[in-house]
Amino acid sequence: MRCGDFRQSYAEDMSLFESPLPRVLLAGLLVFLLVLPGFASTYWLDVLSRIFIAIIAATGLNVVTGYTGLISLGTAAFLAVGGFATAAMAGKAGLPFVVVIPLSGLLTALVGLVFGIPSLRLKGLYLAVATLAAHYIVEFIVTHWDAMTGGVNGISVPPAHFAGLALSDDRSMYYLILPVMVGLLFFTKNLFRTKVGKAFVAIRDQDISAEVMGVDVFRYKLLSFAVSSFIIGVAGSLLAYQARLISPENFPITLAIDYLGMVIIGGLGSILGSIFGAIFITLLPEMLRLATDALGSYWPSLMVIVAPIKTGVFGLVVVLFLIFEPDGMAARWNHIKAYWKLYPFSY
Amino acid sequence: MPLLRVNNLILHFRGVTALSDVSFEVRRGALHAVIGPNGAGKTSLLNCISGVYRPQRGSVEFEGKDVTRLSPASRTRMGVARTFQNIALFRGMTVLDNLLIGRHTHQKEGLLAGGIYYGPARREEIANREVVEDIIDFLEIQHIRKKVVGTLAYGLQKRVELARALALEPKLLLLDEPMAGMNAEEKEDMARFILDINEDRGTTMIMIEHDMGVVMDVSHRVTVLSFGEKIADGTPQEVQGDRAVQEAYLGQAQ
Repeated sequence: MRCGDFRQSYAEDMSLFESPLPRVLLAGLLVFLLVLPGFASTYWLDVLSRIFIAIIAATGLNVVTGYTGLISLGTAAFLAVGGFATAAMAGKAGLPFVVVIPLSGLLTALVGLVFGIPSLRLKGLYLAVATLAAHYIVEFIVTHWDAMTGGVNGISVPPAHFAGLALSDDRSMYYLILPVMVGLLFFTKNLFRTKVGKAFVAIRDQDISAEVMGVDVFRYKLLSFAVSSFIIGVAGSLLAYQARLISPENFPITLAIDYLGMVIIGGLGSILGSIFGAIFITLLPEMLRLATDALGSYWPSLMVIVAPIKTGVFGLVVVLFLIFEPDGMAARWNHIKAYWKLYPFSY
Repeated sequence: MPLLRVNNLILHFRGVTALSDVSFEVRRGALHAVIGPNGAGKTSLLNCISGVYRPQRGSVEFEGKDVTRLSPASRTRMGVARTFQNIALFRGMTVLDNLLIGRHTHQKEGLLAGGIYYGPARREEIANREVVEDIIDFLEIQHIRKKVVGTLAYGLQKRVELARALALEPKLLLLDEPMAGMNAEEKEDMARFILDINEDRGTTMIMIEHDMGVVMDVSHRVTVLSFGEKIADGTPQEVQGDRAVQEAYLGQAQ
């Protein structure tokens, strides 16, 4: 039983895990996720895959909005860039996914870099409007560049191939998405305990003082946009491989707002927050659907109002979170963890 | 050669003159105070030295190099650090992380090494953590190293800001009212830290301070500003006896 924190080296003090227990729990969770396809239905594998993709994209948004303090409404646009880049590279050029996924990320990072330039001068709402413009520019391009994106009809994406096997069903997609998510989450988590990540947070908290401490603010703002867009672009690429058919309709501005909702509900400036938020917002409609299915036989008219209820509940949840837990689900989790940390000898 | 030389600095904001023709020198190892009534241009002068403001005329020379046109970040890399009058810490970060930002210019490992973490990035973080821990010991803030800065008392935040500036290992440290709003005991602590930094670490300092007792006790040289002009420059004794200084502070004798 633990009775205190005892660390003997700086390396130990800087570890991601406070004690052996969370390390074991996390390893257990990973093993569970790895063996899950053995007994889960394809429906739940599909839901889980979508949650993983949402976690990746939410983490990407959190890098720029939560950690660097630059509000971005460009998430849907960056997902679209990643998705259509994948469609072009995998479909037209026939490249394998190990090349396509990182290249889609890099291309999105480039686009993000360009749309991050206004952040030199703009902050807060003004920057939000500038990124909104980015969204509409991308939307216009993907709708009208028929030769490349298939225009409003969309474009089909061939399945990823691995060792001669087509990753076309939910189970194999799950095994493609899971390792990418785990890798990106560790990368981002590590980033924020080293120089570059700390510079991002410094810019969020006090940009003038960051500049005086020797942080090249403009360069790091652009870098933050690039890292964030890379991660979102990878999510877009996975999304394209999973959906197999993408069109501009898959990336509406409301999707960008959903993602902002995820990072706010989950917790700005927290990897764990992105995970909680993504799970919550992706599961919310599924849960509502299961509930209406169950109640539908008793109250058929419920089916008609399901769609408005979804948006209503989403709005209500965001408002309730802003009032009762403005720091998000991750902060609540940390409170609970702090309470149980030294249980039962917490003195 | 003096560490810092300010030549004929002129700074105005749309007709309001903040500094008019200010020149002075700070020699290596000195504890140099800048005093003057409110609105005399002391903070503007500091802002010109650290690069936050760019003067319309005149120049700032650091270690013999003209730095007038350089950005604050590049001056920091040359060895100029500062604290702010209204504390400008990173409020959402812990004391440790605030100090580690002070090591930013001393770190090389970039994005990829940082994301991979194990290997070079971790070695570098540990090496810089050791430097930061020395400063934490020096300024006696061990008990708050894991606290989020926004939750700390005012006096402690001032000390953390000093610690963050020290983490840069600067050649020139600019302190903007390090003791403002402190009680007598906290002021004594701060004065002791400032003297220790100057004597043990040999850091040259420019300090703006309103508490004359402290200024006259600790500083080697004093520059007096009034309405944007330098009216006196000398040892504390010389400045105290200066007629123009007495008039600036107390008004003219009838």
